[in-house]
Amino acid sequence: MTLDQLKTGSKGIIKSVGGEGALRRRLLDMGLTPNTIVMVRKVAPLGDPIELNLRNYELTIRQDDARKIEVQEVAE
Amino acid sequence: MKINFALIGNPNSGKTTLFNQMTGSSQRVGNFPGVTVEKKDGQVRGHKGVTVTDLPGIYSLSPYTAEEVVTRDFLIFEKPDAIINIIDATNLERNLYLTLQLMELNVPMILALNMMDEIRSSGISINVRKLEELLGIPVVPISASKNQGVDELTHRAIKCAEARILPKNVDFCTGYVHNAIHSIAHLIGDEAQAAGLPLRYAATKIVEGDHLVFERLKLQDPEIDIIQHIVDDMESHLNTDREAAMADMRYCYIESLCKECITKAGDSKEHLRSLRIDSVMTHKYFAIPIFLGIMFIIFWLTFNVFGAALSDLLSAGIDRLTAAADEALSGANVSPALHSLIINGVFAGVGSVLSFLPIIVVLFFFLSILEDSGYMARVAFVMDKLLRKIGLSGRSFVPMLIGFGCSVPAILASRTLASDRDRKMTIVLTPFMSCSAKLPIYALFTAAFFTEHQSLVMIGLYVMGMVVAVLSGLLLKNTVFEGKPIPFVMELPSYRMPAAKSVLLRMWERAMDFIKRAFTVIFVMTIIIWVLQSFDFGLNMVPDAGDSMLASIGKLIAPIFAPMGFADWRAATALVTGLTAKEAVVSTFAILLGAEDIGAAAPLLSQIFTPLSAFAFLTFTLLYMPCVAAMAAMKREMGGWRNAALAMAYQTATAWVIAFIVYRIGLLFF
Repeated sequence: MTLDQLKTGSKGIIKSVGGEGALRRRLLDMGLTPNTIVMVRKVAPLGDPIELNLRNYELTIRQDDARKIEVQEVAE
Repeated sequence: MKINFALIGNPNSGKTTLFNQMTGSSQRVGNFPGVTVEKKDGQVRGHKGVTVTDLPGIYSLSPYTAEEVVTRDFLIFEKPDAIINIIDATNLERNLYLTLQLMELNVPMILALNMMDEIRSSGISINVRKLEELLGIPVVPISASKNQGVDELTHRAIKCAEARILPKNVDFCTGYVHNAIHSIAHLIGDEAQAAGLPLRYAATKIVEGDHLVFERLKLQDPEIDIIQHIVDDMESHLNTDREAAMADMRYCYIESLCKECITKAGDSKEHLRSLRIDSVMTHKYFAIPIFLGIMFIIFWLTFNVFGAALSDLLSAGIDRLTAAADEALSGANVSPALHSLIINGVFAGVGSVLSFLPIIVVLFFFLSILEDSGYMARVAFVMDKLLRKIGLSGRSFVPMLIGFGCSVPAILASRTLASDRDRKMTIVLTPFMSCSAKLPIYALFTAAFFTEHQSLVMIGLYVMGMVVAVLSGLLLKNTVFEGKPIPFVMELPSYRMPAAKSVLLRMWERAMDFIKRAFTVIFVMTIIIWVLQSFDFGLNMVPDAGDSMLASIGKLIAPIFAPMGFADWRAATALVTGLTAKEAVVSTFAILLGAEDIGAAAPLLSQIFTPLSAFAFLTFTLLYMPCVAAMAAMKREMGGWRNAALAMAYQTATAWVIAFIVYRIGLLFF
């Protein structure tokens, strides 16, 4: 599944990061690397973007970009 | 001995606070040559000859943003004596990612471990010695906001620079990546030296596929082939691509480093508090009302409470000064031309611009608080979806909103935006938000023509400004500002108390900057307009404004407005004087119509306008190029007159087209 499909409050482990160029590099630089655990903390009031928790900090990305990140859901 | 430090770190790591603590008020703000990326220099307090350069806040040394590129070029080619890398101890993993890249640059380096007060009070413990040992660079725990450890940091940084202690060659990579870096390093040794790049940095960047480093090394075809082969080999073994492989390697190393150094892990109290605050501030239903409420309070405090009172005070002061100067000049029997130049040109012109100063400063005070507290990132998070369609991100929302107050601080506020493209586009669109100085014009015209629908017309103008901004955004996104916007991947930093020093320093900086501009650019422009207004082409002073050069120019350009029904030289002239400050449109009409005061001007306007052409005039006024103070701000933030002039030409052309459309459609109905 992809990161945008992860329900609010649930966690996933990153399998791969898609996209290209500046976007992809930025995702990687911010710590969205394979095998990292991310939690979807919140969806913005207008439905987009989403707020993630990873590596002990909060990051926000757009749904379109989240769709490019493959994750596997992990149970608590 | 002269020493220059480069201060560098992630955004929100407390970099600016540390810079302010180290330098006090001896700061010089400038831009990197050719780009609108800000750079600050300052003298380190108590150490003569020691300076520090504050570089932009970045997360990585990738080749994708102007900030990252100028930073790495600065570090490599300007050769600072040492790098002070400030990192947020409550967020070690992500902050160390930049550290690892900086260590490859072969510049003496010291790590400032910031927010240690939060670490201690939250019961987290970090083994600083261990971190020092593993990274091979000095590590100094500090709390920039409480000014703890800053002196020690300075001392050790000076030592580090004097002894030229280079970072240890940390082998963060293993296996295939390691092999690839080493093979490539062997291959490109000569080229790296010729290009002046540190070998390890060049090799890692080549493995990453950094096109800028590729170009700089001027590699030959056979070498490029071998490199491609090495990288292909690495990618096939790791089953991933080069960029992901490098990022993964760095983070894996950092994770193991953190495991060894963080002896007691946990969430900082500030982080937990932030999450609680955000459960309200970015709440599904409360977020937008809270945001609008905050903006309303800021506007109210600025325009109705502090700003207005201060502005009145300042203009009273200016008036008194003007009167005193007037009297002195009359007493001294100077020529009427000089008298008029000083009183009607300099005092009236610069004075009317200067009276905006309090509003700009107060607005900036609030903006600084929003930015430094971390709330601005939440605004971007909440509002992003609205602005995305016009090719901007949520971050542009606040500058545009400030535009309803005054374009000058709005344009300056765009500096906090993440990319050059977003910044320029926001600056072009912001003046379409109807600023408060245009209100007197609306008031005059609605009183004259639309007495029954006064508020409807006013609201209509505001809405039209926004609609034009949206349409312009769509147009610009697909033409001038085509290309990929900077990705919206943004950190939501923990909420923190803004440091009074930072907020006040920034206000001071803005105020001084504005005053400097008022006496240079704005000063010259108001004098030009005064000359045009007071003389005819024979350079004789004219008693009647109707005979002046400005009136002649008005007559010359008036036909331009014929298609929207007001080809009157007085309207054209008013639009030109409106460039000094928009409310000058009103006083110009009063003078040119021979009205005793502004109130008496309203009925006389029907000599020039029909209700429909009056509305077309208002439309033009709403949208055409901004006043000189805003022009000066545009020039500064867009990196020169050329871009600013293009933006203003675009705004004026838009104004003409929309006013034309409004008038022509109106003719069909009225």
